[in-house]
Parts: sequence; C-alpha cells; structure tokens
Amino acid sequence: MKPAPFEYYAPKTVEEALQNLTDLGYSGKVLAGGQSLIPAMNFRMARPSALVDLNTVAELAYIRPTADGGIAIGTMTRDSVVEYDPIVKQRMPIVAETIGYIAHAQIRARGTFGGAIAHADPAAQLPALSLALNAKLLVKRKGGERWVTAEEFIVGPFMTVLEPEDLLVEVVLPPLAPRTAGSYKQVSRQRGGYAQAATISMVGLDDRDRVKDVRCVLFSVGETPILSKYAAKVLVGNEPTEAAIADVAAYVAKNECDPGSDLHGTAEYRRQLVQVLVRRSLTEAVLRAKK
Amino acid sequence: MTQLVKINVTVNGVSYEREVEPRLLLSDFIRHDLKLTGTHVGCEHGLCGACTILFDGESVRSCIMFAVMADRHTIETVESLGTPDHLHPLQEAFMEKHALQCGFCTPGFLMTLVDYLGDNKNPTDEEIREAIDGNFCRCTGYENIVEAVRLAAKKMAAHS
Amino acid sequence: MAERVFHKSILRNEDPQILAGKAQYLDDIEIPGMLYAAFKRSDYAHARLKSIDVSEAKALPGVIGVYTAEDFGDLVKPGPLQVPPPTAIKGATYASRTIMPIVKDKVRYSGEPVAVVIAESRYIAEDACDFIYPEFEPLDAVIDLEKALQPGAPLVHEDLPSNEAAHVIQERGNYPEAAANADIVIKKKIYMDRVAAVALENRGIVVNWDDKAQMMTIWCGTQSPITLRNATATRMGLFENQVRVITPFTGGGFGPKINTSMPDDVLLTELAVRLNRPIKWYEDRRENFLATTSERDQVHYAEIALTKEGKILGFKDVFYHNSGAYDSYMMTVPLNTQTHTVSNYNIPSFYTEIFMVFTNEMVVTPVRGAGRPQGVFVMERMIDAAARELKMDVAEIRRINLIQPDAYPVSTGIIGQDFVEGVLDSGDYPTALAKVMEMIDYKKFREEIQPKARAEGRHLGIGICTFTEGTGVGPYEGAKITVGGNGKVSVATGVATQGQAHYTSFAQIAAEQLGVEVKDVKVITGDTGAFAWGAGTFASRGATVAGTAIHLAAVKVKNKALKLASQILETPESELELVGGFVQVADLPDKKISLGDLASKANPMRGTFPPGAEPGLEAVAYYGPPYGATGAGCMAMILDVDAETMKPKIERLVMVHDCGIPINPMVVEGQVHGGVQMGIGNAFFEKVFYDETGQLLTASFMDYLFPQATDMPPKMELGHTEIPSPLNPLGIKGVGEAGAIPTPAVFTQALEDALFDTGVEIMESNLSPSKVYTYVQKAKGA
Repeated sequence: MKPAPFEYYAPKTVEEALQNLTDLGYSGKVLAGGQSLIPAMNFRMARPSALVDLNTVAELAYIRPTADGGIAIGTMTRDSVVEYDPIVKQRMPIVAETIGYIAHAQIRARGTFGGAIAHADPAAQLPALSLALNAKLLVKRKGGERWVTAEEFIVGPFMTVLEPEDLLVEVVLPPLAPRTAGSYKQVSRQRGGYAQAATISMVGLDDRDRVKDVRCVLFSVGETPILSKYAAKVLVGNEPTEAAIADVAAYVAKNECDPGSDLHGTAEYRRQLVQVLVRRSLTEAVLRAKK
Repeated sequence: MTQLVKINVTVNGVSYEREVEPRLLLSDFIRHDLKLTGTHVGCEHGLCGACTILFDGESVRSCIMFAVMADRHTIETVESLGTPDHLHPLQEAFMEKHALQCGFCTPGFLMTLVDYLGDNKNPTDEEIREAIDGNFCRCTGYENIVEAVRLAAKKMAAHS
Repeated sequence: MAERVFHKSILRNEDPQILAGKAQYLDDIEIPGMLYAAFKRSDYAHARLKSIDVSEAKALPGVIGVYTAEDFGDLVKPGPLQVPPPTAIKGATYASRTIMPIVKDKVRYSGEPVAVVIAESRYIAEDACDFIYPEFEPLDAVIDLEKALQPGAPLVHEDLPSNEAAHVIQERGNYPEAAANADIVIKKKIYMDRVAAVALENRGIVVNWDDKAQMMTIWCGTQSPITLRNATATRMGLFENQVRVITPFTGGGFGPKINTSMPDDVLLTELAVRLNRPIKWYEDRRENFLATTSERDQVHYAEIALTKEGKILGFKDVFYHNSGAYDSYMMTVPLNTQTHTVSNYNIPSFYTEIFMVFTNEMVVTPVRGAGRPQGVFVMERMIDAAARELKMDVAEIRRINLIQPDAYPVSTGIIGQDFVEGVLDSGDYPTALAKVMEMIDYKKFREEIQPKARAEGRHLGIGICTFTEGTGVGPYEGAKITVGGNGKVSVATGVATQGQAHYTSFAQIAAEQLGVEVKDVKVITGDTGAFAWGAGTFASRGATVAGTAIHLAAVKVKNKALKLASQILETPESELELVGGFVQVADLPDKKISLGDLASKANPMRGTFPPGAEPGLEAVAYYGPPYGATGAGCMAMILDVDAETMKPKIERLVMVHDCGIPINPMVVEGQVHGGVQMGIGNAFFEKVFYDETGQLLTASFMDYLFPQATDMPPKMELGHTEIPSPLNPLGIKGVGEAGAIPTPAVFTQALEDALFDTGVEIMESNLSPSKVYTYVQKAKGA
C-alpha cells in the first residue's frame, strides 16, 4: 500500500499556489491535510500526477472573528485548531460539537477545515456543517476570486464547483441570530467512524419561542448534504411542539433523503435513523435555543 | 527522473537532512531512512494508530503523511520517551498494569497518550477510552491500557 | 527456601525492550543488498488464467524480476498438508486439495497470486504490479455453502465430483430414540459468519541465502517455525540444519500465522537462492484481508430434544463448514465445533455431521476460537430456544443440565482435532455458573433492575452462557535448559511467541525449579537454531505442553546440579537446595556453590569424564499429553439497547474461568481480555463479506470494523476457579481462546432479552444494528 509516484510542488504563498494550479490544470491536485487523499493514494485508488502542497502556505491557516459576529476560517486551519478555539466555541458551539465527530484526534490534528469541504465527501461533517451554517466560501484563481454559498458549492458526491485552477481559500461562517442554537446527532457503527446517518439542526426562536429560522441538514444519506425544505416550511412561524417535530422527522426520513444500502445498513434502517436523529437534533436545538 | 526533495527534519531532538522521493510515506522515512523502528506500521490507511508519532507536539498518523510534509518540522517517536533501563512514567505504568502483550500497537498508544495526558491531567475512564479510541489493540481488550493510563496520570502528576 | 515464582503475577521480562521501541519485529530487519517483494493478485475469485503479460513490469527501473508460474517449473504444485486427515474417525471421507504457491491455470480465490515482483523497494515492486496484465476467463463463483453441494454447481476443483471437501459423522447414544422419547423437539437453522484474525502486525518473511556457507536464514513471525524449516528444507533438498528459522518479536498471531508452505514462503525462498540476494516481504493490510486465512463461516441445522422439565435428552447438528478454496489445514476447525457443541452438558445422545465445502473464498484455518465459538453458539442458542418454549429461566435450564464436578474424567465419545476420543479431564462447571450469577447479581437483575428498567421503557437484557475450551493438545513439545557460566539460565523451546508472555511465564517455570530470579532466565522461543523440535503455537497449548516440557527439563537440570554440588560440597543431595543462584546446604547457607561455577565445572576441559555422564548443566525434555486439558467457564453480560437505533451498550460483562493452575494470573487475565475483544467483534462488529462473485468487500478497516476501546464494556469483571488438570505435573490448562468462545452466544442472548417486547429471535452472529432492526421489523410483522 504505497502511493504511485507524483510530482511535488510546495508553494509558499497563495499566489504561487494559484500559479501552480494554473500551470498544472487537470494533472494537478491540491494536498491539504491529506487525511482522506493519502489513504486513497496508498490504496492507489487516487493517483494524481502532481500535488500542490498547501501545508507550506502559512497565510492560509487562521481564524478571524468578523466584526458582525461571524467567523472567517482560512482553508488550511486544522480541524483541531478550530475545535479548541475559544471564540469559535463562544460564537458557534455547534462547530466544536460537530468537529468532535470527525474521526479521531490524530486525524483532526492534520485534517483541515477547507480541505474537508472541498473534498465533498457525502459522509463528511464539515460540508454538512457549512450548509447548516449557511457558510460563504471564497474561491480564488489566478487573477480573480468569487464568493460561493455552501449550498451552491457542492454539486455531487466528491464534486464541487471548483475548477482545476481554483482554490478554496476561506470559509466565512455568518453570525448566528440571537436565540439560535444547534444540535449534532449521528449514528455510526463505531465512535469516530463514518456516519450511517447524521443531522445538524440549527434552530432560531423568536421571543415567544416560535421558530424564526431553522436549518436542518442531513448527511451520509444521499449524494450530498441535504438541507430540509420541509422543516423550514412547517416549523417557521410556529411553535416547535413535539408533534410538529415528529411530523418533520417522519416527512424528512420518507421524502427528503435517499440513503442506499451498504455492508453496514439497509436503506430502510438508515431512513429509520434519519427519523430518529432529526427528531432528537431538532428537539435538542430547540431546548438549547431557549436557554 | 525521479524527483528528489531535500528536507530538514528534527526527530527526537536530532536534526536530519535527507533527500526523499515525494511519495515516501513519513512512516517509512522514520523507520527505514532514519532506522527508528519503534514506530510501527499496521494499516497504512490511518485507522489502526500503530504509526502514531508527535508532529510539532501533536499526535498524528505518520502513515498518511508524506516525508516531504515534515520539512522544517519537529517529530517525536517512541524512542524519545524512555530507555529499557529508565522508562518514562507512562511506559512504567504500561508495564506495571500489563497493558501490552505483543507490543506492536504499544508505541502508537504511548505517543497518543503523551500528547493526551499533557493536556488532560486527570481523565475519567470514559475520557481515557475516547482518547485511545483511535488506536487498535488486538491483545489486551484495552482493559489494562485504561488501567495503565489512570496510573500514568497519577505518576505524571507526581513527576511534574 | 527459595521464593516461589510459579503461580504468581510477575511483571514481564520482555516489556522494557518493547516499551522503549527497541524490540525487533519482522519489518525492522534490514540486510545490505535486500530486495523487496510484492504479489500481483487476482481480482477474480474464480477464473481461468489465459495469459499474463509481464514485459512492461520487467522493464521498470528498479525491478529485478517478475515471475509467473512458468518461471517456477516443478515448484508449482499443491503444497503439503499442514494437518493430517481425520482417518481416526470411522467412515470419514475427505479430499485434500492443498494451497498452490501461484496460479498456473485457474484462480480459486480473489487475491490468489498470479505473479511476484522482486524490486529494489516495495514502492517500485507495487508500481510494477500495476503494469502486469493478466487475461482471465471468469467462471461462476462458488460462494453459498449449501448451493455448492447441489448437483450442477460450478466446481472449485474440477477433478473432484463435487465441492464436498470432507464428510464426517460422529455420534453417541441414539438421537432418533431420544427425540422419540422427548416431550419437546426444537429445530433451528443457525449461522456464524467469517471473521479475520487481524493481528496488528501483518504477516511477512525475510529470507537470506548465504551461498558460501550454504545456509538459509528465514525470519518470519510464524506460529510454527519448525514446520516452516522442515517444509523449506524438504522442498529445497537441503538438510534441516541448513535452514534456520528465527521468529523475531511478533505482533500477534491468533491462528493464521500457523500456516506454512504459503505462496510467500515457497516462492521467496526459491527466489532468494536464485538471485542470491536477501528478500523481504511485509504484507500490507489489504493483502492481509485478501490473502491471509480467516475463519468461522458455518451453517447449522440443529435439533434439541428435551423433557418438559428441561432435561436435555439429545442433540442433533448437521452443519456445513466453509473450507475456502483449499483445505491444507484439513478438519481442525469443524472437528473443534463437533467437540465443543455439547461438551459441558450431560447429553446422552448426540449426533453431529459435517459437510466441509470448497468455495471460491480465502482458505479457512483456525482463528482464535477455532471452531469452538460456533459449537458453543449453536448449543447455547438452542438452549435459549428451549428455555423460551418451556418458559424456563435461562440460567436454570443450564444449571440442571451441566456435568457435575464428581464425574471426571468424562469420555465424550467424539473424536477431536488431536484424533483421540475427547475426555474432559477435570472441571467444575456448576460452580462457575453459580459464581457468575452471584457476581452479576442475576437474581436482583431479574427481580428488581430489569423490571424497573422495562417500566421506564429501557431495553435492558441479560445473557448467561457456559462453555468449554479444549486446550493443550498433542502431539508434543520440548525444551532445552542450560545454565551458563554467568549463572543465568537459558530456556529454548520450539513454540513461537506472538505476545503471550512466554519470556516471562516460561521463565517462571524454570526459575521455580532452579532457584534463580525470573529476570535471570532468558527464554528463546521460535529459533530453530536454538531448539529444533516441536509442533508450534496453536490450540492454547503453549503453556500446557511446552510449559510442562520446560518444567521437566528444569527438574533434570536441578537434579544434575544437585548431584554435582553434592560431590563438590561433600554433602548428600537431600540436604541441598537451590536458592538465589546457588546450590547451598540447607542448614549451612554459607556452604554453597554458584550455579555459574557448577556449570563451568560440569564442562571439564582437561582430565577425565565419567562414562555415561553428560556435560554441562543442561538438559532436554519432551512432553506429550495423552489428550488435551479442558478449560471451561461461564460468562454473563448486560446490554442496554437503544430500541430506536438498535445500538447496544455493554453495561456489564462478567466471566468466571478455569484454566487449572495459572502460571501467572496477570497474564491469564490479559489473555481473557483479548479474547473477549475478539468475541465482541465476532458478535457485533466484525464480518468478512464476500459478494456472490467472490469479491472481498471488506479489505480495509473502513469496511472491516475492529472493536475499539469505546466498544468494550466499562470493565471486564473476571473470576477464576482453579481446578488443576491431572494430566500434567503443574496442573495447567490453556486459556488463549477462552474469551472469544462464549461471547457471541452471550451477546446475542442478551440482545434478545433486551428486545423481549418485540419477540425477536436471532439465530446468527456477526450482527449489526441494521440487521437487528431488520429482525425486529420481521418479528413485529412490519
């Protein structure tokens, strides 16, 4: 299980990295934390002919609180750095909660926030989190940049809007409205393992405890993370009663996800999990929002 | 021509300059280029944890990093802990609690735990299990490893 | 008197070296000029190999050679049987089709090698594999055990009339009569699927041929170094003493490392000679899943006949055992299943029938448990089915059927893996059951804890099962003990060590006799240059068989030392004792001579030597038991199941175990702990999946789930009974597999009990939450 040979580029700046990517075109691939890419290369399931290593680009690793109460995260910021950052914890506790479910500490010490989003693994936490938090993603290429929403960014399993010469450089998590809280729930066969089904629910309440905003994201049960439309449709403006939440959970499980069967679970079982997890995460998010 | 990259890595306090192929895994670099064979390789896809080392002070999997990524970084391997005659308190605890059998996974556990116990002085049993969850052991059922970590935490507190 | 060191928890001699990262494992060995091997493996499970093009691979820089079947000539033939066939069993039929070193015409399992690359590095060797182009004609794969035996099924071995590898019937009493007289007869179909051993260190081999000395040295983490040496020498036309096999520190064995004459050792010994360069192959994890043997897959049709009071009158079990593509290891596993199905219960009539089946899957050879977990699973599940039908308590129905402590020795009438009729040498099964019930507070759980939990809507269930573990089988092991001029003791034995603490427990046995410190005993295991006789490490036999040989050799050395010291100290032997590295006069401790001095004097360099004497403080002894010693135990488990997600949590696990007199109780507990981890894996996480074309779907830790620290119970609560085995002077029984044996049965029972309100019945292991969910939905009629 040794990787096939590749050409190696170690740019020192974003500009250099963009130049490398432009030069290499389809034969180039970005190496971020490498915690998904290198195992795939060891199995020779991935065999890029050239790697552009961002680990040498110091300017891509940062956490910057924004003036409006949001957080900007450089693409090469390690998961564990985000997980333990006090401002992130204070502004958006759901972020640390979610990162805690990514594999094990040794992986989080290397895995990067932007790398995971750009990898767009349907079973991964951070693409789903970016969708639940309505993140804005800054994409640069040589001589240009653009902002993409999390919703637009992922177009399929392991597929994003990124072109070979593009680089995701920053993820901006917009501020949470007052009385907004989240809850992460997943079922995996083992702690740190792939989710068989998972949900991240963000719920905002008004001062009379009615739902003002809800973003309920499911993942690992379809080709991409899924933002439930139904949850927003039936909950916003209403009281999040047990019955209303149960109704959302049942509907979402039946109509809004598309789990497949694999070695570890049938589609029926995973739908059952979606129902249970949506109910549990919405319930917990509401409770937390009330606090 | 095979590309060779010059790297400068500090391992266990010793600085090494070597030329390596970009695809050389860090685990192979440590084991075969530097002859530090205490770091073991059990799966080469980042799950079993036998190859765990400290990279700039944090425990990571050396089998899913390239040696070139270690350029200008600092690494500690199990050889940095103690010698057979003067074991580190964590190693002593493993011996006293019979927390190893075949010993193949042990260096990975030790390197995970020196990092963890550095940040968590008095973990509960449940926290200990979570801390070692990314290290596989086939011999001990983890039972005595948990015991050893508890003892090591005490020993390390006494040493510090 | 010397301090006793036998039967004592002594810290391990080997630990400091391992802990400091200074222990040498296989892949740590580097020899100047060494080359590296990689195998090109078939992606098909069943196919004809039409042609293979290796020209591009050969041309890669750094590639020394690429070899296919045609390069190996006469070497390409079926290897030797590892285990003799079951000729001791009347009426048994079998076909032996042993492992091929490389595919010549036909592939029989996915992962079978079609070419071997030798290169300057493993990286380059793997590169070359990508440029090897085999052309296959795919054939229908034989996967389903029962369909495999139907007429018209594709044949794994086309020279055989069917895929039946063996057929064995054994019985005692008269089952049809027992069934006719029974109040109730229950029939069930029961499965146990395949698991991998997953030693953390993969397999591997380093071969060095010294052309000038005409000597081959092989380093290999084998469980059977002597078999490897003998097979290699025989195959290559060398004397046994021209081949030295050394087992370095080895990262776990658990069964599969017993195999020799595998493609790797056959081909690489040949190539090392041919190229006159050292060669290393260290298997990677993917190869380990694909091409290292594994075990369990059986389908059982079981029947139990009982009185309405729950007394078992008879048991019938007809089962299919997956042998995989070849059967070099013959019938060890299914015979173990037969001997462990009814062994601890009084069952007058027992009929057991094996159909061993060839399939297009990896070869099956023992994995910790080795057929025993299947037998116990079948029996215990059937007892639970009976308890349900009779509305009896699961512990009570077991209690009334257990063999009583005054019954030993008990002849079972069933011939086992050692080809002698099973005899239970000793034991006390009712006490183990009672002790477990007490430790887990069975009565309180049933009467208070469980009803309360159920009232709160919690799904709390208990399981309790009993089992035996046949251990310490023959044929024999030996040991050589030598006292050095340094006064320290060397022990060499033929078994190999994969983490079982032999460096300490064997040292304890020798130190106990010779009055030296345990740390002053250097144990050498698995170096044929140091000791060249024995069978190997398997069947929980190292401590019992080799341990006894060490004891016998130590007694001989002790007697030799006493005799010589008696002459030197001019004191009768009866007044001497061995203490602290000296032979001393018991009443005059100052009158003494050190063992080191004695050892030197025992090897005179000048003068005369009495006729019949043997030099040195050295002795060799051998031991072979008449039959194996039988360990036993009882396990209970409490599970808390989330009935929405079917995720179980093990709240408590209690086990009482008997392995006779433990040499080192700390080590014994460690063995049990490790076995339980595998048992939990077998019950709920681990499963080797082959699809209908024979493709292995679980070739990584992403798909093959290895139990982690958080999958285990918060504590394994262990108790022991120590019933000495009368078969050996130390009273030892083996323990290596105990933890793995009852766990799947107990887990499944507890799961059913937790989900009692669904009425679910689960007659298979290797479960998952999804599978349990499917069972429950079916039970609910959904």
